[in-house]
Amino acid sequence: MTEKLSRRDLLKAAGVAGVAATVPETASTEAAHQQVAQANLPPAVGQPPAYVPGAPVERGVLFFLNDEEARFIEAAVERLIPAEPEWPGAAWAGVLNFIDRQLAAAYGAGARMYLKGPWIPDAPPQQGYQLRYTPAQLYRIGIAEVRAHVTANYGGREFWDLNAPVMDEVLSGLESGSIQLPSMPSPVFFETLLANTVEGFFADPVYGGNREMVGWRMVGFPGAYAQYVDLVELYNVPFTRPPISIGDTGARHAYLEGHTQAGHTHGAQKR
Amino acid sequence: MVLRMKPVDVALVGGGLTAAILGKELAEAGLTVVALERGGMRQTVPDFQSPTMHDELKFDVRHAYAQDVSVQTLSFRNFVGQQALPMRQLGSFLPAEGVGGGAVHWNGQTWRFQPEWFALRSWVNERYGPDFLDDDVTIQDWGITYEELEPYYTFFEKVMGISGAPGNVKGQIQVGGNPFEGPRSEPYPNPPMKQSQSGYLFGQAAAQLGYHPFPVPSANVTRHYTNPFGAKINPCMYCGFCDPFGCEHYAKASPQVCILPFALANKNFEMRTHAYVLRVEWDRQAKVATGVTYVDAQGREVFQPANMVVLCAFAHHNPILMLQSGIGQPYDPATRTGMVGRNYTYQTMTGAEVFYDGGKVINPFMAAGALGTAIDDFNNGSFDHTGLGFIGGGYIAAYQTTGRPIYYHPVPEGTPRWGLGWKQAVRRHYNSTVSLSFHGSSAPHPNNYLGLDPTYTDAFGQPLGMLTYDFPYNDRLMARYITEKMAGIAQAMGGKQIGVGWLDDHYSIVPYQTTHNTGGAIMGTDPKTSVVNRYLQSWDLHNLWVMGSSVFPQNAGYNPTDTVGALAYWAADAMIKQYIKNPGPLVQT
Repeated sequence: MTEKLSRRDLLKAAGVAGVAATVPETASTEAAHQQVAQANLPPAVGQPPAYVPGAPVERGVLFFLNDEEARFIEAAVERLIPAEPEWPGAAWAGVLNFIDRQLAAAYGAGARMYLKGPWIPDAPPQQGYQLRYTPAQLYRIGIAEVRAHVTANYGGREFWDLNAPVMDEVLSGLESGSIQLPSMPSPVFFETLLANTVEGFFADPVYGGNREMVGWRMVGFPGAYAQYVDLVELYNVPFTRPPISIGDTGARHAYLEGHTQAGHTHGAQKR
Repeated sequence: MVLRMKPVDVALVGGGLTAAILGKELAEAGLTVVALERGGMRQTVPDFQSPTMHDELKFDVRHAYAQDVSVQTLSFRNFVGQQALPMRQLGSFLPAEGVGGGAVHWNGQTWRFQPEWFALRSWVNERYGPDFLDDDVTIQDWGITYEELEPYYTFFEKVMGISGAPGNVKGQIQVGGNPFEGPRSEPYPNPPMKQSQSGYLFGQAAAQLGYHPFPVPSANVTRHYTNPFGAKINPCMYCGFCDPFGCEHYAKASPQVCILPFALANKNFEMRTHAYVLRVEWDRQAKVATGVTYVDAQGREVFQPANMVVLCAFAHHNPILMLQSGIGQPYDPATRTGMVGRNYTYQTMTGAEVFYDGGKVINPFMAAGALGTAIDDFNNGSFDHTGLGFIGGGYIAAYQTTGRPIYYHPVPEGTPRWGLGWKQAVRRHYNSTVSLSFHGSSAPHPNNYLGLDPTYTDAFGQPLGMLTYDFPYNDRLMARYITEKMAGIAQAMGGKQIGVGWLDDHYSIVPYQTTHNTGGAIMGTDPKTSVVNRYLQSWDLHNLWVMGSSVFPQNAGYNPTDTVGALAYWAADAMIKQYIKNPGPLVQT
């Protein structure tokens, strides 16, 4: 793209499209949409972060997990959301640190969970979680038992030393329940890990995962923006501004942009 | 030793929407009113502020604004005879905690019920004959008509600045609105929301199939608006963080924005927070409530004497408080006698997705809670049930309420649940998929009810409420019939493939479905089959009243808030114009 539209052109284009969006699409409104799309600078959502496949992953301070537990989590989450040449996976995204911090804090301690007995751990799934463990206890016991299963069944090796298809075989066995753990139904452990992994890949990066907003960039979610009032009726226009984290010091300012005394703009042209 | 507070005229249990409505109206009528809220105070400033409000993990996944179930929860079972087990984590529904209640973090979808819902038993008997349904469908008349409630709907919609396209003004069908709605005396106070591409694509396909699409009525307000009390509401910014978030823009109608400032400014009204009500106290001889006992922030038991007690808590909580207080006869599914806890209903939800596989850019994050296009052609009063074997119905909509990716990342059926295949499918479909939902009614069944749990207790040592629920056969038939229609629309929307989520399993307490829990303290015409009369006044204790969707005898195929708000104003009117002057039963038995 070579030409840049002026702010005035942009407002004109938005105005045309804003009216036309309530009626069936026409060639001219499509063109207006394209103009607006091309004026979005810099293109950021949809762009992968700078990342070297296979490079060692930075690991932050661990608050709850010990080193061996961390090696297990890092290997497992990378199988749940694996890296590709262009888009890194859960390990690069910092999902280990996300899970560790969650487990060290209120969530891990079972805050806002009802934890009184009696305990009926083999309840039907419709009745939900019925184990006695807080999430932190579930991980601690569950990781130990999965590691014990792996060393017993894979020639004394650790989970993180298996090759990828074999790791997937273990994870599938936990998911289906075909691997039986001594202290918990294995699907409960697996589903908790899967849910927390997805959270860590897509939650705001202030929680330690979703590094450089990689999860958001990958799908095209712009994060913590506060308004799309002038864009919502522009159909098929890719939103290409950089995503915003709640920890971004400029975020509060970015919200207000476009809603000043001067009137509404769609705020797509600058950040 | 129980602390005894200075007596008041009215004690409100809860500090949410209905407490705000009654608090303001009754204080202005000269009564001293205290609202007892289990949670804390919250205001738009400084509590609902960007950018930290836009946090999916904290609010949506970890339920920051929902009830703390470590203090009090429900137990749950699917059927009578099964052992009920505690809901240890929130899931299926999210009762709120804190001032403003669920009307802080709601989506703002604001629907009136069609007129026949209020006399459903009579309507079915007249239209389809008394033998159309078997005895297990215990639908009832409400004891109030749509015509009686209509002015209160209109007033509530003005208070909240509801934005929509009217479909029926005084019997005249309006172009662009819902032609199946009951006649309204006035249009909505504000024009409808913008239309997202989801709604546009849905509306085009629905119209081609001969249906009647229209914009969903919304409490995400569409222009600068001043309500009848003088509250100012701003236009919605379409930020995509409505439910379960507070709105920093003063653009989503809430008690804090629309009502509470005027209650709090009245010296007759007090909002007392961190007050966890344990029970209603009542005089067995005189058959009147004498006040409520609660636990305060310090853990002290406190008695608040009151001349009137109004239950304004969440739908479950009102009937459970009555059971914990020994008021009224508990419902017994074995004998089908008793009324407290009876006719608990929910909402019957299914969904569908249209996958455009990169052929459209949907931008699902450009959203608002009630941003959607709907058809009402399959709600209860809109079509003929002859030969179908069920009663009820609901609306079908394409909402664009959230693109928050922890929970929103639709993938086609057959996609692996994790691994590379999942990751690539999420990337491919996130921004190129439209989601449809069917929002269906819920018929009462004799085995679905609220009781007290025999085993589990809350943090105060009281028995937990116990929910027994599964989707009744009536609703399964209905969901099948209407989900097929929804799939037909999805098919016509021009995607590469569709996905359909059928209702084919038992009800589960785990996945979030909806917080439209209803019934358990229902209104009606007969004290043997209802808890409150047409004015929401207890049949047993004339100075005890019950608000909220607890009083719905069955749940309609719509979101409940408009009806909850209208009923609260209807009851407030009865209290002020009739009851205060001459306390006693307003309906004689």
